[in-house]
Amino acid sequence: MSVLLQLDEIVKRFGAFAALRGVSLTLRSGEIHALMGENGAGKSTLIKVITGVHAADGGTISLGGRMLQPRSPREAEAAGISTVFQEVNLLPNLTVAENIVMGRQPMRGPFIRHGESRRRARAALARLGMEADVDAELGSLPVAVQQMTAIARALDQEARVLILDEPTSSLDARESAELFAVMKRLRGEGMGIIFVSHFLDHVYEVSDRITVLRDGSGIGTWDTAELPRLELVAQMMGRPSAAHEPAAASARAADLPELLKLEALERRGSVGPLDFSVPSGAVTGLAGLLGSGRTEAARLLFGIDPATGGRVLLKGTPVALKSPRDAMSAGFAFCSEDRKVEGIIPSLSVRENIVLALQASRGALRRLPQARQEALADRFIRALNIKTRGPETPIGTLSGGNQQKCLLARWMAVQPTLLILDEPTRGIDVGAKAEIEALCGELCRAGMSIVFISAELEEVVRNSSRVVVLRDRRQAAVLEGAAISVQTIMEAVAAA
Amino acid sequence: MNLFRSTVIWPLAALAALLLFNAAASPGFFQLEWKDGRLFGTLVDIVNQSARVPMLLALGMTLVIATGGVDLSVGSLMAVSGAVAAMQVNRGAPLAAAVGLALLATAALGLLNGLLVAKVRLQPIIATLVTMVAGRGLAMLLTGSQMVPFQHKGLQWLANGSLLGLPVPVLLVPLLAVLAGFALRRTAAALFLEATGDNETASRFAGIRTDAVRMAVYIFSGFCAGLSGVLEASNIAAADPARIGDTRELDAIFAVVAGGTALAGGRFSLAGSIVGALLLQTLTLTLYNQNVPPAVAPVPKAIVILAVCLLHSPRVRAALARRTASAAKA
Repeated sequence: MSVLLQLDEIVKRFGAFAALRGVSLTLRSGEIHALMGENGAGKSTLIKVITGVHAADGGTISLGGRMLQPRSPREAEAAGISTVFQEVNLLPNLTVAENIVMGRQPMRGPFIRHGESRRRARAALARLGMEADVDAELGSLPVAVQQMTAIARALDQEARVLILDEPTSSLDARESAELFAVMKRLRGEGMGIIFVSHFLDHVYEVSDRITVLRDGSGIGTWDTAELPRLELVAQMMGRPSAAHEPAAASARAADLPELLKLEALERRGSVGPLDFSVPSGAVTGLAGLLGSGRTEAARLLFGIDPATGGRVLLKGTPVALKSPRDAMSAGFAFCSEDRKVEGIIPSLSVRENIVLALQASRGALRRLPQARQEALADRFIRALNIKTRGPETPIGTLSGGNQQKCLLARWMAVQPTLLILDEPTRGIDVGAKAEIEALCGELCRAGMSIVFISAELEEVVRNSSRVVVLRDRRQAAVLEGAAISVQTIMEAVAAA
Repeated sequence: MNLFRSTVIWPLAALAALLLFNAAASPGFFQLEWKDGRLFGTLVDIVNQSARVPMLLALGMTLVIATGGVDLSVGSLMAVSGAVAAMQVNRGAPLAAAVGLALLATAALGLLNGLLVAKVRLQPIIATLVTMVAGRGLAMLLTGSQMVPFQHKGLQWLANGSLLGLPVPVLLVPLLAVLAGFALRRTAAALFLEATGDNETASRFAGIRTDAVRMAVYIFSGFCAGLSGVLEASNIAAADPARIGDTRELDAIFAVVAGGTALAGGRFSLAGSIVGALLLQTLTLTLYNQNVPPAVAPVPKAIVILAVCLLHSPRVRAALARRTASAAKA
């Protein structure tokens, strides 16, 4: 197989911080190459260098034997390198066809040839084995279709190299399988695919080779078939892995006092009715497929979308949850799955982001003294092992996993009685995942209740004392103790 | 208050350059004279004139812009407060009542802006455009479209009197700025404001009353505009409903942006806005001193504005740093 993309000794520095210290990678045509590493290992930076977002400070890139120095994503695309990012970055208010041909629209004089655009869009989708309404507004379609649109866009650009950054993190199992079929088909056509994912299953299912990065250095490249999982995890973490030891959720939910009781809680057109109770000092899992109403249930509990029926009892007393502030004064905290839009305040510092919720609950006048703010930030940076240059670094410059830890710190700082975590481990690496799971266990032992939402069933099973299964925006089952297993949850999800 | 955030450096540098130019080009520019228990000189005039309008407006505008909004109505609100204050003293009201009522009126119009932005969810530029048009109309309506002259020692003293040898606005406005800065940074208000401007949804989910924050900044901006309108009327002992504050909202926006607060919202710098206002006034006076015809004056002004804004751009700064680094090597 011929070499398609060759990276040699790529160096990238941000100020004094070296994000990449001489990384090399060889992508052949007709291969799916997994790029693995923990948060902050340099995966995103490397991709940004390849796609022209950042200019490399050293090293060379060659594509098909020719030197390449992309100065913008547009140049990289023109050269044949296309990227589909974790959060699909297309334009939701345009149609599928417009998104696919955007920037290279077929023109007649000053006018766009819409007929030709649609034809090209359909042709690109057909190569993926997909049929979609190319006139539909992209934002109205499921994330999976949006992702396929992004890939179709790459095909329309005649990309030779396709970079998929965490493409499966918001897809369910069936959608992921479809994506893999498409990836294999493109591989058959000679395309080189760089695949970034935190799901080991997915990596082993589709990739041919694996390159591991750690702390900005290339650790090595292996044939996937010759690298056992445990070895891969060890290479990524650079230390013996504890990620796959189950964090035993020991306490039996039925024996614990009840903190919260939902009675026929619903929001018409969104989710419900929900009837379950949340024990104190334990994790209650919310499981279900994508779109089953998990996030909607969380938003209902935190007062973001007010309920239209039913009620919530907190230790037997009804509470009104009409706004996040209501929920906060009831002792609730909510870590959103959408870090970028609903979580971080990007240009404020790590310290300011951590103290924000605590300060908000105190009001504007009772400002936390500077020393106390600094002590809080230092404590959480150390306790959660947040990788940042310092407490005054803008949070927007941190990697996804570290941003997530800051947000956890923000809510731990208010010492809530109920912590709602929506996909807290989404898009972050194995090590940080294990740390966050361990943290949940500790918080529960200290008496906190946690509602834990995750698309990964193993994770829900590992951590929860009680699991509420949602299906089609309704409650499908409540499982307890020994009845909790991947099998039983899947049965509840699949039951007619 | 962090007076010397790095962003203040650029307008300060531009101001210093302009002063140096004046030192060379117009003799007597730095001359100060003590007469009748009061300091006189070009520098005093610059500070006085910039304090009265751009600095005061920029104070409120900085906070509005920090929340990701903009307030186009401040010029018209100046006309409203000037008219109210003048008519009140003519009616025999005491100074405190006249000024108080004028400020109350513009703060109420600021509240209207805030309601339109935070509750009705209009785009700030549209909401305040409405108030800008309506405010000017209100001032015309109150005065019957006539200039309102007045003879009132107290009201005239506000802009023309002196305290500790300096014109009143030169002491009053910076004092207000320091108080505002102190109140914002000593409480958590500045944090809430910057968070709201940077990511409103996330701020709301973190428990900040973002609606209240946005309403408060428009009220404060209305208050500052009101005070500025009173000082403008006081200065010429008359309220001219058609001309007071006309297009001054643009001066305020310039001062804020030149001072390093991004129009996109988030981080703000009051110190920067004050320097920005001084820069603007110095520039105006320099062009006047150099006999640049008023019709042509906006062109060099635009060039300086562009230069300062470019200096604030991280990309331009990075490019400059690279160039200096390679020049140093060579």
